[in-house]
Amino acid sequence: MTDVATPLGDEGFGSVDEHSKGLSQHAKGRMNSVLMAVLPVFAAVACGGILLALLGRDPVSFYSNVVDHGLLGSLGRQESLIRMAPLLLIAAGLMVAFPAGIWNLGTDGQFVVAGVVVAALGPELAPNVNGLVLFTVLFVVGFAVGAAWAVIPAVMKAWFGMNEIITTLMTIFLGVSFSSLLVKEFFDDPSTTVPQTKVLAVEDRLPRMFGSRVHIGLVVGLVAVLIVHYMMTRTAFGLRLRIVGMNPAAAEHAGMNMRSLTLSIFLLSSGFAGLAAAVEIAGVDGMVRAEWNPAFGFAVVPLVFLARFHGPSVVLFVAAFSSFSIGGESASRKADLPNYFVLVMVALMLIFLAISEFLQARSKNVVKDE
Amino acid sequence: MTAIELPPVVELAGITKAYPGVVANDSVNLLLHGGEVHVVLGENGAGKSTLIGVLSGMVTPDSGRILVDGEPVQIRSPKDALDLGIGTVYQHSLLVPTLSVIDNMMLGTAKLFSLDREQARRRLDELASVLGVQIDPEATVGDLALGERQQVEIVKALWRGERALILDEPTSMLTPQGVQALSEVVRRLVGNGLSVVFITHKLNEALDLGDRITVLRRGRNAGELAPDKIASTERGDLKDLVVELIFGAVDPDMSMNQGEGGSLDQQSVCFRLEEVSLHGDKPWPVLDSVSLEIRRGEIFGIAGIDGNGQKELAEVIAGQRKLDSGEIFLDEESVTGLSVAARQKRGIRYVTDDRHGEGTVGELSISLNTVLKRVGQRPFWRRARVRHSLIREFAATLVAEHDVRTPHEEVPIANLSGGNVQKVVVGRELAMEPRVVVYNKPTYGLDVKTIKAVLARIVSQANQGTVALLISTELDELISTCDRIGVMYQGRITGILDSQPGIETRLGELMTGGGEPA
Amino acid sequence: MSDLFSTLFLASLVSGGVLVAVPLVFAGVGEAISERAGVLNVGLEGMMLMGAFGAFAAAISVDSIWLGLLVGGLVGTATSLLMVGLCIRLNANQIVIGIAITLGAEGVTALLHSANYSDTYPRLPKAGVLDIPLLSKIPVLGEGLFSHHPSAYLAVLAVVAAWWVFKSTGIGLNIKAAGDQPHALAAAGGNPRSTRTMAVMTTGFLAGVGGAHIALIGAGLFVPAVTHGAGFIAIVLAMLARGRFGWIVTGAILIGISLSLTTAFQLVGVDVPIDAVQMLPFIMILVVLSAFGRDSYLPAALAVPYDPESR
Repeated sequence: MTDVATPLGDEGFGSVDEHSKGLSQHAKGRMNSVLMAVLPVFAAVACGGILLALLGRDPVSFYSNVVDHGLLGSLGRQESLIRMAPLLLIAAGLMVAFPAGIWNLGTDGQFVVAGVVVAALGPELAPNVNGLVLFTVLFVVGFAVGAAWAVIPAVMKAWFGMNEIITTLMTIFLGVSFSSLLVKEFFDDPSTTVPQTKVLAVEDRLPRMFGSRVHIGLVVGLVAVLIVHYMMTRTAFGLRLRIVGMNPAAAEHAGMNMRSLTLSIFLLSSGFAGLAAAVEIAGVDGMVRAEWNPAFGFAVVPLVFLARFHGPSVVLFVAAFSSFSIGGESASRKADLPNYFVLVMVALMLIFLAISEFLQARSKNVVKDE
Repeated sequence: MTAIELPPVVELAGITKAYPGVVANDSVNLLLHGGEVHVVLGENGAGKSTLIGVLSGMVTPDSGRILVDGEPVQIRSPKDALDLGIGTVYQHSLLVPTLSVIDNMMLGTAKLFSLDREQARRRLDELASVLGVQIDPEATVGDLALGERQQVEIVKALWRGERALILDEPTSMLTPQGVQALSEVVRRLVGNGLSVVFITHKLNEALDLGDRITVLRRGRNAGELAPDKIASTERGDLKDLVVELIFGAVDPDMSMNQGEGGSLDQQSVCFRLEEVSLHGDKPWPVLDSVSLEIRRGEIFGIAGIDGNGQKELAEVIAGQRKLDSGEIFLDEESVTGLSVAARQKRGIRYVTDDRHGEGTVGELSISLNTVLKRVGQRPFWRRARVRHSLIREFAATLVAEHDVRTPHEEVPIANLSGGNVQKVVVGRELAMEPRVVVYNKPTYGLDVKTIKAVLARIVSQANQGTVALLISTELDELISTCDRIGVMYQGRITGILDSQPGIETRLGELMTGGGEPA
Repeated sequence: MSDLFSTLFLASLVSGGVLVAVPLVFAGVGEAISERAGVLNVGLEGMMLMGAFGAFAAAISVDSIWLGLLVGGLVGTATSLLMVGLCIRLNANQIVIGIAITLGAEGVTALLHSANYSDTYPRLPKAGVLDIPLLSKIPVLGEGLFSHHPSAYLAVLAVVAAWWVFKSTGIGLNIKAAGDQPHALAAAGGNPRSTRTMAVMTTGFLAGVGGAHIALIGAGLFVPAVTHGAGFIAIVLAMLARGRFGWIVTGAILIGISLSLTTAFQLVGVDVPIDAVQMLPFIMILVVLSAFGRDSYLPAALAVPYDPESR
């Protein structure tokens, strides 16, 4: 089940086209792939517009509202940047797992459990330590709890070859219920009417940057994605990971320790999801309510695919998604629609991506004669 | 021995099929007559499989005509071929391993909403008796032994194939005795008027079995030998004729290199297996107390029918599979507990038979494939970071030394032909001071030139002192290349013979369990 | 504590359990058929949602539950065509497309619901119940098992039909071959693509009916994400059951009972944390997985696109 697109290629070698064909061919090939990457987006936007029209709303004003609020408005822009932080971290985790053929679909579960633990720990620790120590501890705890929540599926896969799609999906349900349980029974703040953890005071949260409302979690996210990108393209671990995804039999034949690789990839991936929660709590929410599940993970999965696991592209897609989400919230309100439009757009983009990949592969075959 | 010549049952005229980069069939003609064994002969890569693909409906030709009983027909899918009465036994089993024999028979012919098992069972019995074999309808195909499986494949092909039966390289997995049994079956079918097409790259088989022989070379008809010609010509002359057609020259240098072996008595034992055993879910042990002693510079062959433990033996030596008991010694140092990577460092190398599966990663470049087993190691990786220039250099040297045909080393290895991929795999394993090399069917599916190159490489490597374990199903290759040959049957070594011409029959006996253990 | 075993508690437990189980059975059987044919349908939740909405819209306008169920099934089939077109015809990655379908369905149904019903928020009248004579009079179990809307018994019919198809029809053989060795099916004169298409469309129909059941009979209304993960649970059930349909029913009922424990507890006034109870079915699944999952039989060609050229 590992027929994942292998888009990372071998960085540092350049495409085959460069060597064997002339420069104009190379430029053509480059243009072609850019076109193929951008086409799904345009097609999705167009389809989305048709859907809006069918619903009786004006597509042009909807999209312009999205852009106005998400990109142009200063407040909206900041919100978009803030939203990017957890998404980038989850994406970093998926950039590790998916190319290895490990379908960690349970990031939502890992996220909420880590979030609850961090939310409970934060206010207890804050009065006693300074900011740097606090954040380090919270980040480490978040990462560890996220990783811990994936231990069972990871072991089941590494030792028994148990399909991780089922197991990780189960851990989402378990995670959401468990975190709710924790909030209600163990971490509940007695002073509030609604079950929630104690609040991490605003002054104890992650520092803001450049006088805006955007906290440094964004930087953490960006760094994470870029580090993972570097790891995947330049290090031995990254290559091993990709080989496992492309051809697990070859990986075994080549003497790679499949068990420890599977385990470490899984735990790394879910650790990032936990870290994402820590950043979100320490940066934005400061506390967790029962039944909390922003479902970031499921939204990030398609983005990582659309970006073909390429670090800088992931950042772009996450940025686009965030601003579209934030802008979409406002545009939806104005158009008197619930804020589900983003989901439809993402789904459309994935579908058009599949179509464009098919067309791309088919055109390659035709050209392939030597 | 030739049958009466009836008018052609099936005719292929001017069949052309091209793939990116190669013309597999170029205006090929083939006439099939009832009651006759028509051998299609040619070396690997000559286009035989593509031609058969056209007949069986798996491949659509770019141009050409197909006539059945004189009428032009279209064969666009296997269904069309079967409807026309053309049944095919493919080289690689195309039965569903998890279903029973009877279910496999009904596949494709059963009515959508009902299954008439009784009728199917009757037909199975009928066809089985035509072949002269016994088949259990409820047996799960995946559990059958290779010979039985082939019988089932033939019955399946005959299920709808009343006009013609195509056998694609059917003897690649059989012992000499098994080949004999098969040819009896074929003769029986031909006696009933069936037209049988027999694809092979083995010269002697063609001469033994063929009433008519068509030779393909590089995708074209190289020549045909009609029944009267075959009947009236001396075997030796016939052989020369056919060889000339296959290669375009008389008597190309087919002589295999002989290993030097030389002063074996003086060479100390270098590689030793001691009572290696492995249990699986078969009724017999996968490896049964296998003990071997191979000397420095010796080429030790392992003969046997596929599936008798050879692959597992290779994997156990390489470290991919854990043995249950026993020890492996390299220069009297036990390597039994070492990982694959550790064994590679010690010089134990494994050239797998699965060159496109586990042997290489198709999407990666040739360069990266050459260092596939050294990911993370110096000098190619330093402080866990990759050093592309060093990898490129290493690959370039390998490509040059092993005559790999490729525009450059960054091409994805999946683009290379099978022979060139094999050269890369062999080259990779032989790089960086190998001490023991296990070769698992290294010449399978390759053209003659590459086969010679690979075997020559094995011999020259051995002459430098490397221990070689050569696993193969090709007896003539084993006999001409190896110093000694061990035979495996049901996980144990049933005999070890010194390699010399004429031991084929004895080997065949040992391959099916006959004879005293070594 | 005696309340725990009171008739009220047990009856409501069983009844609620079956109510939850019925859509799981429909969807689970559907998924099992797809998987047996070699297609991993992660978009099951999406197909159920679309079916739920379609059924709701139909039932509201025409005031007929049966029509609603039928429309739900058809909408589910229509949704499955995305899977057919992209994954079976174009060989796209089945998991990615499945996620796309699920996300898209969530979005589209929410939008459509809001556009049409957000002012009125209509609810459906409680579905009629068919008491099976005699059997439904059995104390405790009778009412729970045999006193449901007839569509519940349809679910049983679906299981039997599926079992029969795989045991005694040519279609069943084709599906098994398509999942294990599609090239063998092609060589035998069959067509792996059409076989898989048919399987996926059937899955779509069954998933749609399952979703319809949730909306029309289970909940009586439609809200965004009304299926609440039932599709994912059904995927798990199908994989666990390994194609043995009886196990799907058993698993569905067990999960149904676990999930309806919360309402049953509330009914008798027992104060147990809802979340703990809701974790039970999933913990149970994980336990079963670790105990029996090792010999997990999944079709060899599962989720591998069929490529006629490759051999």
